[in-house]
Amino acid sequence: MSEVLVWIETFHGAALPTSWEALGAGKALADKLGVPLTALVLGENASTVAKVAGEQGAASALICDDATLKVYRLEAYAALLTKVVQERKPRAVLAVATTRGRELLAASAADTDSGMLADISSFEAQSDGGITAVRPVYAGKILSDAAVNAGGTQFLTLRGRAFRPNAANAAGSLAITQIAPALSEDQIGTKIESFQEAASTVNLGDAAIIVSGGRGMDKNPKEAPAGSANAAVWKAQDGFANTLQPLADVLGGAVGASRAAVDAGYIPYAHQVGQTGKTVSPDLYIACGISGAIQHQAGMRTSKVIVAINSDKDAPIFKMARYGLVGDLYKIVPAVTAELKKRLGK
Amino acid sequence: MHCVVFTRATPDTAAKVEVGANGAVTWGDAALVVNPWDEYALEEAIVQTQNGGKTTVIALGGEMHLDALKHSLAMGINDAMRIDDPALDPTDSLAYARTAAAAVKKLGDVTLVLFGKESVDVGTDQHIYGTARKLGWAMLSAVSKIIALDEVAGTIQVERLLEQGKEVVTAKLPAVVSVTKEINEPRYPSFIGIRKASKAVIPVLSLADLGISAAASPTRIDAYRNLPVRDSQVEMINGTPEEQAAILVDRLLGEKVL
Ligand SMILES: Cc1cc2nc3c(=O)[nH]c(=O)nc-3n(C[C@H](O)[C@H](O)[C@H](O)COP(=O)(O)OP(=O)(O)OC[C@H]3O[C@@H](n4cnc5c(N)ncnc54)[C@H](O)[C@@H]3O)c2cc1C
Repeated sequence: MSEVLVWIETFHGAALPTSWEALGAGKALADKLGVPLTALVLGENASTVAKVAGEQGAASALICDDATLKVYRLEAYAALLTKVVQERKPRAVLAVATTRGRELLAASAADTDSGMLADISSFEAQSDGGITAVRPVYAGKILSDAAVNAGGTQFLTLRGRAFRPNAANAAGSLAITQIAPALSEDQIGTKIESFQEAASTVNLGDAAIIVSGGRGMDKNPKEAPAGSANAAVWKAQDGFANTLQPLADVLGGAVGASRAAVDAGYIPYAHQVGQTGKTVSPDLYIACGISGAIQHQAGMRTSKVIVAINSDKDAPIFKMARYGLVGDLYKIVPAVTAELKKRLGK
Repeated sequence: MHCVVFTRATPDTAAKVEVGANGAVTWGDAALVVNPWDEYALEEAIVQTQNGGKTTVIALGGEMHLDALKHSLAMGINDAMRIDDPALDPTDSLAYARTAAAAVKKLGDVTLVLFGKESVDVGTDQHIYGTARKLGWAMLSAVSKIIALDEVAGTIQVERLLEQGKEVVTAKLPAVVSVTKEINEPRYPSFIGIRKASKAVIPVLSLADLGISAAASPTRIDAYRNLPVRDSQVEMINGTPEEQAAILVDRLLGEKVL
């Protein structure tokens, strides 16, 4: 059967917001090819999530909420996806390029000897049956025009925030099919012993607005309490919590950081933006006390509007910014937060 | 225990990478270095075999990867090999996975295969998962700690760093593991290590040596392109912090990004 299959990634029984972007991209591809769009939803709450997929354009959904799939495990999920691909021979399989999406589709592509393009920012079906795609490479310094040839199933993982979700239409009708798992529990060699949810979950990939801090965060004029092991670390941590976070809060955004700030212990690695951190593409990126090293730029250069706040007028970050504010971030950021509260009526 | 690490050379991350007039990717006179993520995998291989065992580093592709292999030897990896063949397209992840799996099988006694999280240059990691599947081994990605490795029981327990938190998982050996930078602090090669590595002759194997032949690649790269030039007109906003803030908020409301 020729169809476009989209894996809807879930966590704790809820779909990741970026999964709907993948479904939206899948819908556009299915419409262009004139084939149906099928959502694949595995694990806890699969039927509820599938219904939303129906409202977002899926014609049918394959679901399996067997206990072996309750929590994502590559082994169990890949075996089932591979079975689905072998049986249904979809034209294309799409998912969002998260840690799980990347490994799951790659595993199944290898199992079925299919071609895959990962982490793409746009794609197009060609008349010869191939799919061409644009991939940012060399940490986003250049682009590559890649293609997966016609024949066989084509696997694509999509960069978050590069595609639009479909407009929801509650009237959509959806055919749900329950499928059986491919492996039984005793055939699965991986066991999850524990899961410790991050205290502050930052999902930089989903954020429309990011406020980031760099090494300049340690210029906090507040005095570190007597006896704190490292005054600079205390000052920077206090600045992230009490100066940057309030700005992010009033904007409804997330807090990011440079590697210098992460390496110095000012903020956990999950917040790092750049070549060895997260690649982000928000509508608004506000860089505070960040010089703009090439490895940092690599992670944020596709942001729509970049604002730089830096005390050094020659900092490289100003070369890529849309708006530049020279001065002390500890004076400017609180002023911006206050002004926004006033203007946005918060 | 025999532990294998796959590595590659990448241009230094500080390099200015561009596409030249002939369409080729250039990085000026910037040095080629070991893919930064792989340093953590190399270090972990050394740590995991320090009480006995053997380590081998493998690169797929041309001579540009030679220095990365020598750097690995200088760090303390025991053996190195390069797999190069005119029929091999290492940019296709399926071709990579088939070849890498064949190399591991040829070595025969491997318990653990380590990769760095991804290739920092081409930004791919799918060859890692493909290699695990072609071997039919467990795949553990984003590993920030190897908690226990029990060769007798044939199990490995690791901590994984995922978007939503930390997961502790036990899997069966042999396994393919990709590591994040939390896992260790990679060592610098010693002077003696560098001297020894510089003299090493690194064998080059063909696909025939591995007993496989090339299959048609399902993907291709048509071209590389420079980024569209960013509208680099920066507007500097001056004044007191309050004045700067007021103007900035005006502009952002005008941009409709709030
Ligand atoms: C292999 C490799 C990978 C890397 N990956 C990454 C990555 O993923 N992400 C990343 O960010 N970096 C990465 N780097 C590091 C990168 O090269 C830079 O070292 C780092 O980005 C610098 O961080 P920074 O801008 O915070 O610090 P600095 O460069 O030290 O800049 C601090 C800035 O703060 C300003 N400042 C100081 N006080 C104030 C104040 N009161 N108000 C306003 N401004 C102030 C200063 O003028 C300065 O411009 C990588 C490097 C390597 C070698």
